[in-house]
Amino acid sequence: MSLTNDPSRQPRVTSVLKARGLAKAFGSNVVLRDIDIDIRRGQVVALIGPSGSGKTTVLRSLNGLEIPDAGTVAFGSGDSSAELAIDFGAKVGKKEVAALRDRSAMVFQHYNLFPHMTVLKNIIEGPVQVQKRPRAEAIAEAERLLERVGLADKRDAYPFELSGGQQQRVGIVRALALKPQLLLFDEPTSALDPELVGDVLGVIKELAEEGWTMVIVTHELAFAQHVADEVIFMDGGVVVERGPAAEVLRAPRQERTKLFVKRLQHDV
Amino acid sequence: MNWDLIWSSFGPLITGAVTGTIPLTLASFAFGLVLALVVALMRLSPNWLLSGIGRFYVSVIRGTPLLVQLFVIFFGLPSIGIRLDPWPSAIIAFSLNVGGYAAEIIRAAILSVPKGQWEAGHTIGMSRPQALVRIILPQAARVSVPPLSNTFISLVKDTSLASLILVTELFRNAQQIAAFSQEFMALYVQAALVYWVICLVLSTAQSAAEKRLDRYVAH
Repeated sequence: MSLTNDPSRQPRVTSVLKARGLAKAFGSNVVLRDIDIDIRRGQVVALIGPSGSGKTTVLRSLNGLEIPDAGTVAFGSGDSSAELAIDFGAKVGKKEVAALRDRSAMVFQHYNLFPHMTVLKNIIEGPVQVQKRPRAEAIAEAERLLERVGLADKRDAYPFELSGGQQQRVGIVRALALKPQLLLFDEPTSALDPELVGDVLGVIKELAEEGWTMVIVTHELAFAQHVADEVIFMDGGVVVERGPAAEVLRAPRQERTKLFVKRLQHDV
Repeated sequence: MNWDLIWSSFGPLITGAVTGTIPLTLASFAFGLVLALVVALMRLSPNWLLSGIGRFYVSVIRGTPLLVQLFVIFFGLPSIGIRLDPWPSAIIAFSLNVGGYAAEIIRAAILSVPKGQWEAGHTIGMSRPQALVRIILPQAARVSVPPLSNTFISLVKDTSLASLILVTELFRNAQQIAAFSQEFMALYVQAALVYWVICLVLSTAQSAAEKRLDRYVAH
């Protein structure tokens, strides 16, 4: 059984996300410089790099949690016909940001579950309150997803009653319930105790196998190599190296990538 | 000591509480809270004019005595042609006062909710107002119950000032019976007792509210 066994829930195969020339600075501190990213349907892209490299800022730019100073993000069904294009260089309106967010869902490092809502309410909040889907349908969907990640019995629990790994799985289900075209993960396992990391990575791996389009900021290089189609290594606000996961992680060409990969592998 | 008189005075004092002190407190607190929420949001607004107005308002309310505010509205406004009855004057003055103090409490409570909660709301597609109402305010409520209860309990006692602009409430009834009977000590201690009992009830309600709002927090 798959998390998304209903074919209507599968993202459309042809759509792409295309980001061009993303740039951002806080005062004189440049955090992003001319970042291009292409994501094909069903592709898993891993963003890696040292802290402060700008990888999280890139991820957050893709759904408007950060507004870059310049650059464009386009969602589309092909190269020519973009169904949504945002130019951050121009003034970005609320409607444009909302349209961007409609197409993606985010899983946070610190889960960011709503503490005053039960697990079920956390999950159906977006579908019911924002997407105006029927409540019964949203509940059925939430229960199905919860069962799939092994948390059916936690339906009525509050987030504080769950372990970190359980909270993050709820965070993933909350994102899936929105039926987004693109899933964004911001270091989804960095706040977890080591013994809980496996559960969460297992769920993400299944999603990758089911063909979800995902961008994952992660420090788990072994995991990135396992699930990602493409790895982008960033440092100092620029893309240093990109390519198929095995190439970038096993045989990096750039000196900075080599150092980074070596250091992280030593830490493990 | 005229024990019969003392004993029979409880009736008018409690009537004063029920028909004066309590409705005056409830109305002023309700209006004051709405005002406070508006002012808190103004102060949090990126618009410098709105936040400036909010800041100015809070500064004036906190920087002047409540009695003076009450007198400006009841005795002052008539000289510029605005004549208000005692009750509306009292409700306006107390609401404005609560608004100023509670605005700071609500502002701090909103700021105490982690930024990630706003972001999580946005990423599930919520607008700012939607995230405020559904995600942020319920969490801010928990934080603000203890300080708002303080404001509420202070307000119960502050309404005694309304006696000075002729509102018939608990303390004004006590003053009248005391003046008539010359039993000052007895009547004012009795009045104090009634205020105290009201505040004890409110403290109990506060504990219950805190307990309810704490149900989703680790203990």
